[in-house]
Order: sequence, then C-alpha cells, then structure tokens
Amino acid sequence: MDLIRRLLLLVAWIAASPASAQDKFIVVASTTSTEQSGLFGHILPVFQKKTGIQVRVVALGTGQALDLARRGDADVVFVHARSAEEKFLAEGHGVKRFPVMYNDFVLIGPQSDPAQIRGGKDILEALRKIKTAGAPFVSRGDRSGTHMAELALWKIANIDIEKEKGPWYRDTGQGMGPALNAAAAMDGYILADRGTWISFKNRGNLAIAVEGDKQLFNQYGIMLVNPLKHPNVKKDLGQAFVDWVISPDGQKAIADYKIGGEQLFFPNAK
Amino acid sequence: MSNGPILPLRLADVSFAAGGRTIIDRISLEIETGPSTIILGANGAGKSVLMRLMHGLLRPSSGQIDWNAPERPGAPRKQAMVFQRPVMLRRSAYANVAYALKIAGIPEPQRGALVRDSLESVGLSHLARRSARVLSGGEQQRLALARAWALHPEVLFLDEPTASLDPSATREIESVIKAFDAAGTKVVMATHNLGQARRLGDEILFINQGRLVERAPVEQFFSKPQSAQAAAFIKGELPWT
Amino acid sequence: MSEALSAALALLVGLDSRLVEIVLLSLRVSLSAVAIAALLGLPLGAAIAVSRFPGRQAVIVVLNALMGLPPVVVGLLVYLLLSRAGPLGAFGILFTPAAMVFAQSILILPIVAALSRQAIEDAWREYEEQLRSLGAGRMSAALTLLWDTRFSLLTTILAGFGRAAAEVGAVMIVGGNIDGVTRVMTTTIALETSKGDLPLALGLGMILIAIVIAVNAAAHLTRELAQRRYG
Repeated sequence: MDLIRRLLLLVAWIAASPASAQDKFIVVASTTSTEQSGLFGHILPVFQKKTGIQVRVVALGTGQALDLARRGDADVVFVHARSAEEKFLAEGHGVKRFPVMYNDFVLIGPQSDPAQIRGGKDILEALRKIKTAGAPFVSRGDRSGTHMAELALWKIANIDIEKEKGPWYRDTGQGMGPALNAAAAMDGYILADRGTWISFKNRGNLAIAVEGDKQLFNQYGIMLVNPLKHPNVKKDLGQAFVDWVISPDGQKAIADYKIGGEQLFFPNAK
Repeated sequence: MSNGPILPLRLADVSFAAGGRTIIDRISLEIETGPSTIILGANGAGKSVLMRLMHGLLRPSSGQIDWNAPERPGAPRKQAMVFQRPVMLRRSAYANVAYALKIAGIPEPQRGALVRDSLESVGLSHLARRSARVLSGGEQQRLALARAWALHPEVLFLDEPTASLDPSATREIESVIKAFDAAGTKVVMATHNLGQARRLGDEILFINQGRLVERAPVEQFFSKPQSAQAAAFIKGELPWT
Repeated sequence: MSEALSAALALLVGLDSRLVEIVLLSLRVSLSAVAIAALLGLPLGAAIAVSRFPGRQAVIVVLNALMGLPPVVVGLLVYLLLSRAGPLGAFGILFTPAAMVFAQSILILPIVAALSRQAIEDAWREYEEQLRSLGAGRMSAALTLLWDTRFSLLTTILAGFGRAAAEVGAVMIVGGNIDGVTRVMTTTIALETSKGDLPLALGLGMILIAIVIAVNAAAHLTRELAQRRYG
C-alpha cells in the first residue's frame, strides 16, 4: 500500500539523526562520577579534533561498566576500581591496564557535625567516630568505584560494616548525585569524589568534613577490551584513544581541566 | 458467468431460537419475483429476525433456506437490505454509495455514473458532497436506499424503513420504494404500519409470535382476513407480544 | 520554583543549541516509535476487534495488561536482545537512537493495539450488519472501520506518544544517555537531577510538559473540527 510505504520512509527519515551517522566512533564504558565531573566534556573534543574519532561515553557504576564490557558492548573501559579491573583482566576481557590519573575522595558531612570529625585528616578515625555516634551515613550501595572504596575503608578501619551497620547506615543503591541529594536531605555523612562534590549544586547544610588522607586517593585505569574475545571491538580506534589518554598530550588535557580554578584530576600515567 | 436469478427464495420449516426463546417457529414459505411482499406483524412478532434470516445475516437454528441460485462469494450481491436506522460511514453521500460499489468489485472508472444515477433516483444529487452523517434522518434513509439501489439488486429487503421518520420523510421514502418496485426489483418489506402496508404492498405475509399465520393479496387480507389474529391486528386489538 | 522558571526561560529564549538538539532527538525517537506502533498496532487491534476465535477474551485481557509494561523492564529485555552477547547484537544498534526507537515501539504497541481494538469493536457493533449486508468481508470491514474511526484513533496514537515521550527507563538502558548521541529530554532531566542541578532539571521538565500539552491541544482541535464536519 502506497500509504504504508510513505509512512516507512517517513519513519526512516525521522529516526536517522545526524549525530549517530558518524562513521568513526568508539564506545567507552566509564563511571557516572567521571562523566558528571565534566572531564569528558573537556578532553573528548580535544581528542576528536586531533583524530576525527567520536568517543561515545556510556556512564554507569564501575561494576556495571565492567559488565557491559564483558558482554562486548564497549570498546574501551575507563574506571577507577583497581581490584575489579585486575579481575576483569584476569578473565581475559581486557588487553592491558594503564594507570591514567587519580582524584581524591572527600568525606562530606553536615555543618552540625554529630560525629565531631570536621577538619580532621584521618579518614579511618572519622569513620570509627561516625559508627560510634550512630550518625547518619549514606552509602552508594551500587558496586561503583566510590562504593568499593568506601567498603575498603571500613575494612581497613577494622569495622565489619555488613555486621555492624545499624539504622544510621543508609544504603541507597544510587549514583553519586542522588546519594548526595539524599545526604543533604537527611543531614548525613557521605563519601564522595571531589569532582562530583565541586559541581554539586544542591548542598543544603553539607560541607567537606575530612580530606587529604592518602587513603582517599582514587586511581583511574584504562583498558582496551580484548578483541580476541570480542571480535566486534574497534581495536584500532580504541587503541588510538588509550594511547592518547596516556600520552603527554592527553595527560595535559586532563590536568588542564579545572572547576572554579581547581584541578580535579592528577595525571599519573607512566 | 452468472448463476441466473436468485429468486425464488424458499424457506422450509425454518426456526430460530436465541437466549432460550423461540423467535421464529417453523416457518415455511416461498418468495417469488413480481409482487411486492409486505411482512406484517406487531412489534416483537419476529419480523426483523425473519428478514435477517432471509437476507443471510442470521443462520436458522433448524430448517432450510434456499435461493434459486446461490450467490457466488466475491461477486456483487444481488440482494440488498435497508435497515430501520441508516448506518453511514464518515464520508460524503457520494462516497458512501461509491463504497458499496467498491465492495462489489465495480472498477473505479465505472462507479461515477452509477453513483450519480442512484443519487438522482432518490433526489439527493444536490447533497452528493455533503458529509452523510450530518444529513437529516429522512435524507440518510434515502441515501441508504440509493446505496442499496446502486447495484440494481434483484431483491430489496427493507426492515421498517420509515419507523424512525416523520410523515413527510416517510412519504418521500415510500415514493422511492414504489419507483424501485415499478422498475422490477422485488421488494420485501417489514412493517407494523397498516396504512403503509396497504399503500406499498401487493401481498401480505402476516406474522404473529414467530409463526406465519396468514398470506393473502393485500386487498383480500384487509377486507376478509382469514385468521382471528389477523382480524384482531387489523382492528388494532392484537396484544403487544 | 521561580529559580526553575527563570532557568527554563533562559534556555528557551537563548534557544540553546544543545537544548534544541535534545528536544529534536526526543521528538524524533518518540514520533518514530509511534509511527511504527501505529503501523503494526492499528491493523492488529482492528483484526482482533472483528474476529471471533477461541481464546479471544484471553488475548484481549493480555493485550490490555501489556499496556502497563514497565519501561525499565522493556529496556532491560531490549538491551539483552541488542547486546553483542545477545541474538540481535550483530546489527550493532545498541546505544544508538535506533535502539531507543525499537524499545519505545515495543512499549507503546500494546497501547495502540488495545485501545484501537476497543474503538473498532464499538464501531463494529454499529456497522456490522450494514457492512455484512453490503458484502464486505471481515478484514475489509476492519480496514474500512480503521479509516472511519480515524479521529478517535488519533487520540489513541497520542496516548502512545505521551507514554513514549515521558518514559526514561527504556531509553536510558538501551540508549546509554550518550552526550550528543542518545541524550533525550527525559534522560537529561534524570542526569541533571542526579547532578543536583534541580532548577535546570525542572526547567527541562516544564518544556517537556509544554510539548506534550501542545501536541494534545492540536489533536483535540483536529477532533473538534472533524466532528463538526463529518458527524
């Protein structure tokens, strides 16, 4: 029927949007906190200008990002959870892991400071005090890099959080932004990456309580997804991105990214 | 290849039951070409159901309904029906008639002339482009007649076609029916209106409580009814069933 | 609230190119999905309306129930289909607008089919005798009724469009909310909210509502004019 043919043509025309008609592109699985920090908005145009390759970032929690790559739905993985990344490599899904940069976590808390830890420099001590005081603490609970860093810190502080958590420990299962929203709403403590915190606009009574402890440093790694295991991976384009990110050019672009004059990410590729 | 005329229509011991009730009770009759046949009876006598059985919209619970020559599926219909309330599509009057021709498989180039003739014969040419559903009740019923007429059917069934119309519209419809009758179409019409039966009918089939009670030429039926029910009906005394 | 209003107005007045791109993509995706759902769902609904077959009532119940398919579940299922690890992975449409159209089409197909089934069945009650008397076969009658009830079917199609334009669960999962490629109004609102940028999110939300209202108003007007003209 003529009407049907015309409708189909219309649908095809409508659905074909210009941006996705790019032929040189890769899919990079990364984390929500990295994307929300605005880093990609800053460094990807530099890369695209240089190579003509469009980088499409799918932002999820670290666990989900790695799972996405395990299914072959990404060409490159760019996350910040070393042990999970090593596991990914050991399973044969990645080619090689390169350190890229680090940022740090900060412990955010309410001005009222029920655990009395503000201005401290010892994160472990701070966590112990929060537990003792039973002060509200919001956890991401979503297997993200931030979540795994939080769990690691409880462990190092000798607290078995699974057993010792009480109603003061709120497991939200959400991204950094929503979790910060929740902390603001309940005047609670929360571990956040500095980047998200700096751009976060809905602060309420929250402010930085503890920062600067070396334990709070958060290392990023980049890996090309293994083309031997996933033949559809765009290995040349993906490798080009990995190479650029750890090159002096890419490292400089990372260092140049500032919010409110503050540098967020510190390049440390070797 | 035509199968020949579809009349006479023969009903043999036809019954129809629904919802536990017998609505048509063992009716046998023959419908021949020629005289216009009125199916007369009170409301609830079973006239509408009988019409629908004859037209093929309902299947009998028992008994046989046979036409002289069966209609071939896919070929233009040789019988048409006009209902008490006209049902028009959301299109122009012209388009509604053309639709009937389209269903019958008449090729597009030939439809125009047929539609115009039909509309002319019922006096609706001036309303051809008007949307059918905004026409008056009488105009829509005339349009239904035009649509039924467009294929020049052998048999035209009419189920109380003027029951919902005012007297002047009724007169218009009756004159159209008379014209179709004169042109050779077999008219089979159900009504409970005695005056209408007398004006339009050549023979009367009197139905009461699902049974064929009496059949006679029109004048004979009204002057010398053979059955008590018919006599009572004519006098207006037959109870509402 | 007033912060949200001024944020929205600033976006509109500035005709921010990113905003325009996002809105256009949203419309492209949802309108395509509606077109596909209509192409498939209208004939399906009409066919069910005029047919009699064993299990018909069960089919109708299931179809009505599917109208309430949770978008996030549809997103998950479509993701599993389109993932490289899944059966349709070779097409490589995951994380593109095509995947979003696919998912939304599935989401609103039951709405179009179920509501058109209802409309056609109501019309069939009115027209059945007459159409059969004229010699129309069931399927030919169904098509005729589809055209005849076109104005109330327009409302059905709009219901589908409203559902598609407003959902976020399906397009988020199969589109990936990729900046400049698969970011639509709803996923942008979700993103801005999670960034804590509430005024911006609210502003975008108001724009989305305005679009949906405009589309509905246009349809209402069409129906009113049609009713007057065709009866």
